[in-house]
Amino acid sequence: MQNQSGSRIMEFFSNTRGVSKLHLTDILTYLYLFLGTLLMFGPVLWLVFSSFKTPGELTRFPPRIAPYRQETAVVPGYDDPLPLFEVTMEDGSITTLARIRRVGLEAQMVDPANPEEVIRTSNTDLVPIESIVFSADNYREGIESFNFARYFLNSLVVTILATMLTLLVNSMAAFSLSKYQYRGRNTIFLVIISTLMVPISVILVPAFLIITEIGWNNNLLGVIVPGAATPTGVFLLRQYMLTIPDELLDSARIDGASEWRIYAQIILPLAAPALAVLTIFSVMWRWNDFLWPKIVLTRSELFTLQVGLNAFQGDLQIQWHLILAMTVLTILPITLVFGILQKYITTGIATTGMK
Amino acid sequence: MERSSEKPIGQVPSSRLTIRSFFEAIFQFIIDAVDTLFSRLQTLIGIKGMAYFFVLPNLLIFSVFILGPMLLNFLYAFTGGNSIFLQNRTFVGAENMEMLFTCSNFMDPNTCREDLFIRAVGNTAIFVVTQVVWMIVVSLFTALLLNRRIAGRGFFRSVFFYPVLLSPIVVGLMWRWILQENGILNSAIVSLGGEKIGFLSTASWARLWVVVISIWSTMGFYTLILLAGLQSIPLELYEAADIDGANEYRKFWGITLPLLMPTMLVVVVLSTIRAVQVFDVVFAFTGGGPGTATFYIVHYIFNNGFASATKEFGLASGASLFMASVLIIFTLVQLRLRGVDESS
Repeated sequence: MQNQSGSRIMEFFSNTRGVSKLHLTDILTYLYLFLGTLLMFGPVLWLVFSSFKTPGELTRFPPRIAPYRQETAVVPGYDDPLPLFEVTMEDGSITTLARIRRVGLEAQMVDPANPEEVIRTSNTDLVPIESIVFSADNYREGIESFNFARYFLNSLVVTILATMLTLLVNSMAAFSLSKYQYRGRNTIFLVIISTLMVPISVILVPAFLIITEIGWNNNLLGVIVPGAATPTGVFLLRQYMLTIPDELLDSARIDGASEWRIYAQIILPLAAPALAVLTIFSVMWRWNDFLWPKIVLTRSELFTLQVGLNAFQGDLQIQWHLILAMTVLTILPITLVFGILQKYITTGIATTGMK
Repeated sequence: MERSSEKPIGQVPSSRLTIRSFFEAIFQFIIDAVDTLFSRLQTLIGIKGMAYFFVLPNLLIFSVFILGPMLLNFLYAFTGGNSIFLQNRTFVGAENMEMLFTCSNFMDPNTCREDLFIRAVGNTAIFVVTQVVWMIVVSLFTALLLNRRIAGRGFFRSVFFYPVLLSPIVVGLMWRWILQENGILNSAIVSLGGEKIGFLSTASWARLWVVVISIWSTMGFYTLILLAGLQSIPLELYEAADIDGANEYRKFWGITLPLLMPTMLVVVVLSTIRAVQVFDVVFAFTGGGPGTATFYIVHYIFNNGFASATKEFGLASGASLFMASVLIIFTLVQLRLRGVDESS
């Protein structure tokens, strides 16, 4: 009896069900997956919508999904654009008026068509005229006050150079550790992989001392170089290179190829899938890295995006309208790259990453 | 037909080819240039020498920035003072360690000399256990569903993976925006007739949400690994079980789960190791608060070594050593499970 109901539950997870007819479990599966999709993308979409809102709209409770913005009109005689309202007049008609200022409960209004005459109404009778506008105001203001271009460039430089350096030194080491027999090889490999999971956060203080001694404080090199010798990368590439037959190397040597040429023109192309996975990991690590760059970089013109973003929110008054816009800009590049390469990224990590 | 062949359809790949061959030519040029240099080096030091040469750059960076600091950590942990330069520090023996671990009652952090550290350890331990358990449950459930015969598996796999790419700072800020006092979740609660909840100002809620958002932002990765594990189970086993008349229940407990075990263990250890290091996302999300509710070990290290005005490098390193030893134990367990020592 219990086995029976258990069986029905397990059927739910079964991968042997045919596609011929849509079973209840299939419907539940799709329901879960669609809910999951909503849960994964919803927060990001909410962030994007919010980033287009005015500071006033952001403090509104309850919030509205779409970015509403009050319409304004330029009225001759007034410097700033005036907000527009619908006003019910004494005779019952509804007109559109612009508000000049409010004085207590009273509002001084003006008809944009007739700017000479000031109309006084009660402030509570006003209905703001709003429309959905995806305005770039927050983005413009954010980029100006946040030095986004600088941080973006720093992040880009760090990510690209660090990934190239990581790929080079890790693949060379993996080649050496997988294709040669020499004294100390196993020791080196064991020492490297025993730190496989030691993150920079447990060596913060001494690593910072070394950076200070070298003079790489407030230098992007201090962010780029220390993380380049990743044990994960060496391990991943070595395991992959072990599967490349040694005969290929031997015949290349007979043809007179140097060891360097064997590495660059035989091993590297054959290890391309593993290198691709390491590239994905490295870009992800470096673009999103926070703690180490925060410690090494204290001058704001050297900040990476993550450090800048955090410093920005640490300012006295949280300026959500700017933070939200800058956050969207920060995730934009990685989202675009993922959108284009998602199939390769997920397949690559699933097949090579976890060998 | 004629017109379509005139269209530059054939040109697109050819122009792409030119760009590609351009980069290949540059790459080739670099390889050749380096080769003339390294061939000479090879005649000097021989093939064995080249083997050492290849491992050298990685080993150098590794020794200076990972291995060296790991050993230096001990020097910091057993010296006192507020200077980062070792020559200005005095040997204090186990004083730092004593400071960290002196409690008259370990269950009550208020009785500890360095109560903040004990709180951080306690918070981290609770976080690791809850986060890992729920992570496994959620990602295994998702992986099992994705492993069914469904349309759009690749799409959904990517959907769940997407948050993995987001930076912890972004994730923290995004959820803080959602969960704030006047955020969208509170508005949903109010519209359903409830009252606003201080998600970020109530200790238990903040702790819960830290677990939720860290699962949200990393589960896609583990789902991917578990799915790969599920797909590597040979279908013949299920077919054989079908012939024997086994039901789904038996197939799950008899085939799926045992064969998935190695992958599961990898996931458990990987996610544990990551959970122990929790910091960035919480730093942006709650800043460790309210009070010390979401204050974890790395935050303690960061505060003592870098954030506070008086730097207590000794305490920071002592805490680092403690964390490193926990992580190394997990790493060794993981390597054993992955069978690395046999293959090397």
